[in-house]
Amino acid sequence: MSSTSEVYLDSASSTPLHPAARATLLAALDRGYGDPRRLHAAGRDARLLLDNARAVVAECLGARPDEVGFTASGTDAVHRGLLGLTAASGRDGIVHGAVEHSAVLHAAAWRPSPAHASVPVDALGHVDLSAMATSARASGVGAVALQAANQEVGTLQPVDELDLPAGVPLLVDAAAAVGHVPLPRRWDALAASAHKWGGPAGVGVLVVRRGTRWTNPFPGDDGLDQLGGFPDVPAALAAAAALQAVLAEREEVAARQHALVDRIRAAAAALPDTEVVGDPEARLPHLVTFSCLYVGGDEIVSALARRGFGVASGSACTASTLEPSHVLAAMGALTHGNVRVSLGRETTAEEVEAFCAALADEVGRIRAEAGL
Amino acid sequence: MTTEIDCRDQPCPRPVIELAKALPSVEVGELLAVVARDPAARHDVPAWCRMRGQEYVGEERAADGAPRYVVRRVS
Repeated sequence: MSSTSEVYLDSASSTPLHPAARATLLAALDRGYGDPRRLHAAGRDARLLLDNARAVVAECLGARPDEVGFTASGTDAVHRGLLGLTAASGRDGIVHGAVEHSAVLHAAAWRPSPAHASVPVDALGHVDLSAMATSARASGVGAVALQAANQEVGTLQPVDELDLPAGVPLLVDAAAAVGHVPLPRRWDALAASAHKWGGPAGVGVLVVRRGTRWTNPFPGDDGLDQLGGFPDVPAALAAAAALQAVLAEREEVAARQHALVDRIRAAAAALPDTEVVGDPEARLPHLVTFSCLYVGGDEIVSALARRGFGVASGSACTASTLEPSHVLAAMGALTHGNVRVSLGRETTAEEVEAFCAALADEVGRIRAEAGL
Repeated sequence: MTTEIDCRDQPCPRPVIELAKALPSVEVGELLAVVARDPAARHDVPAWCRMRGQEYVGEERAADGAPRYVVRRVS
């Protein structure tokens, strides 16, 4: 399937197209070109495909079709969702967990407010729910953002236990969680990203519950039908097909991945001066993060790539800025020597064993070269 | 008397590597400081102390304003 012989262990960054998405995309490319607002045959065909995509995504996410909109990306969905909630309430304040995706932090920074609050997490990455509820009661708060699962360490947040005051809506960023774990049920808006579940890139999903006060915060018409302009109908349909397929196989894939990740967690924990980060049980099934003392994140990622394994890192020297991961920093975890491994639906036990062996070799070699 | 290591212009994880290498040179109970502008050091020096069983004393400023992280050797 892959164009290289690399064992791809970075599905949390982006996932190869699910076979169901690929077949649907190819079929829809020839049909879904029309403008879904037009009344001619091509337009009605595109409308049919778009409505079909919306209905499938709605059913998969536990929503109604008219509550679902397609956006340019998961980041775009978070921005539109969160800023649309605050715009509708007239209160700019956003309360969010300290380990939310940067899309949430950027949305808050874009509309400064004295009511913004970042709620701390414990060493496993769980947000302090009572502190979050208290912050949400401050005047000027227009929305709360809490992720379903953390994108870097995999910790699940107990979203359904959050007790918010009436009139303060909750946006759940479910981008890391969709297709991997059951989703929280108590939310007013939800954001997700198709290329994280095996759909094409360029398709985000914003769901806004009926009855929630939300308005389009950016230029253009109100409503969820054409967020950001002309929709990519074939891609939206492919995203829906992928989601349906992924959910149908979720329990089997997740059980297999959970066991393989346990194996990697044990192998990493057995390395000297290495800390596995995040909740060991209440976690995403396919993702694990660990940090190795005295090892540069760029060094270990490059070394593993040379050995044929593609992984990510939250260390500063591998990021676009000099700042280390805000997630690891908020948890008090070691930020250097960080490796994030996220399995695909087809990752095998043999690949995991080979990865664990290569990891031990390379960490030992890098430390020896550093004189430790 | 605090032993000081100058890692002002060293990228991560060099300040923590130098800290680990210098630890045996100070007596148990004494202070060891590393000066580092690398933003990761603010998180990684306390994390190193936790993982290696040493005491993190706190962050100060060197004379030129660079962050200075102080550690007490306890074992």
